[in-house]
Amino acid sequence: MGMQELQPGQEFGDGATLLAANPDATTINIEDTGETSKHQPRPRGSSGREEDEELLGNNDSDETELLAGQKKSSPFWTFEYYQTFFDVDTHQVFDRIKGSLLPVPGKNFVRLYVRSNPDLYGPFWICATLVFAIAISGNLSNFLIHLGEKTYHYVPEFQKVSIAATIIYAYAWLVPLALWGFLMWRNSKVMNIVSYSFLEIVCVYGYSLFIYIPTAVLWIIPQRVVRWVLVMIALGISGSVLAMTFWPAVREDNRRVALATIVTIVLLHVLLSVGCLAYFFDAPEMDHLPTTTATPNQTVVAAKSS
Amino acid sequence: MRDLKAVGKKFMHVLYPRKSNALLRDWDLWGPLILCVTLALMLQKSSVDGEKDGGPQFAEVFVVVWFGAVTITLNSKLLGGNISFFQSLCVLGYCILPLTVAMLICRLVLLAGQGPINFMIRLFVVAVMFAWSVIASTAFLADSQPPNRKALAVYPVFLFYFVISWMILTFTP
Repeated sequence: MGMQELQPGQEFGDGATLLAANPDATTINIEDTGETSKHQPRPRGSSGREEDEELLGNNDSDETELLAGQKKSSPFWTFEYYQTFFDVDTHQVFDRIKGSLLPVPGKNFVRLYVRSNPDLYGPFWICATLVFAIAISGNLSNFLIHLGEKTYHYVPEFQKVSIAATIIYAYAWLVPLALWGFLMWRNSKVMNIVSYSFLEIVCVYGYSLFIYIPTAVLWIIPQRVVRWVLVMIALGISGSVLAMTFWPAVREDNRRVALATIVTIVLLHVLLSVGCLAYFFDAPEMDHLPTTTATPNQTVVAAKSS
Repeated sequence: MRDLKAVGKKFMHVLYPRKSNALLRDWDLWGPLILCVTLALMLQKSSVDGEKDGGPQFAEVFVVVWFGAVTITLNSKLLGGNISFFQSLCVLGYCILPLTVAMLICRLVLLAGQGPINFMIRLFVVAVMFAWSVIASTAFLADSQPPNRKALAVYPVFLFYFVISWMILTFTP
């Protein structure tokens, strides 16, 4: 057991060469794992945005698990516990929003963007913005449609804000709760490789609702065709984000159960968007459409039938 | 008398936002209360029909203002800001002053009857006051946030004043 004396000029970093020179020497490895995992997110956050795209979870799952274990240590009645759900920077929120707008097949939203750091900032404020976007756009759209009618008296319809808030927040919290419960139940029967925590599901649902904000603003346009095209586009984008996120979680299950789950997720999404369109936005009247050739026929038909 | 002078001084600080700590250091909630009540009263219909024609009720304005301010404060603290709860409420409440002035101007303008020109004037006034409110409050609040989260803390303030501006703009007597 001979310990090598360090020559002047040699550094500790030459441990490998020292060992190669004298293989019998004992070496002591001191690794400060706490230090390294704490330093992980900072460089990743500031410069490693391109790296984020490549790492798909396998490499850093240990560190993120360690980090997750370190993060959620405060009891739930302290303020610090809730601060862990808001531990996001501005560019992280933007990246997550971008990820919800551009679903890439094969890349999982949770794995890529959320990565064991689910935040409640995004879902909460996206839902709040969506509530006001729908209420205000609905009000504006109704005003523009009925402009010029003598019997129409404009009202701000402020009560619709509370209805919109109930619908949107219920959707953003209860559907993830039901889905999480369902996935947990299936997990007990079939061992799935991928499982999501409740907050991650809330996060995905919250960010997937972002596309509806510009959609709601564009719904002001009082053309039926335009509105339905917008619905299709929004559903396509957010539906595919949700489907691609949850497909890996149900893939190993019975084929029919997996398909039924994905179909239900998309159907609930359809219900939300079509329901909001129908309730908050009045249907544009027939004589407001630019196709004027239709109206003379209709008046002729009406005259004939009466 | 002393409290009244303090409230008046803070109004001046909001109208001419400078880098000073007067709003933050000695917070009080008298100013926000006066402004909120004034705004809610002015948003009531002048007609006594008794029917609810869709505008925000007194209680609704109160709830929007106070719950909005509390939510923004909680959000700011959860993101890691080092401003105290009541200081933030104080700043947000006082920065409603430009919008209350806008409400006053809108009511005066509406006395001249309604119409598109009338609407354009009101739109312009409300837009300017909205910008003033947002700038005044972010001047006080943005410094308390870590630099990589400033936008996250400022956006809810923007949404808050936008909703209040919408309520003012859509007011029809």
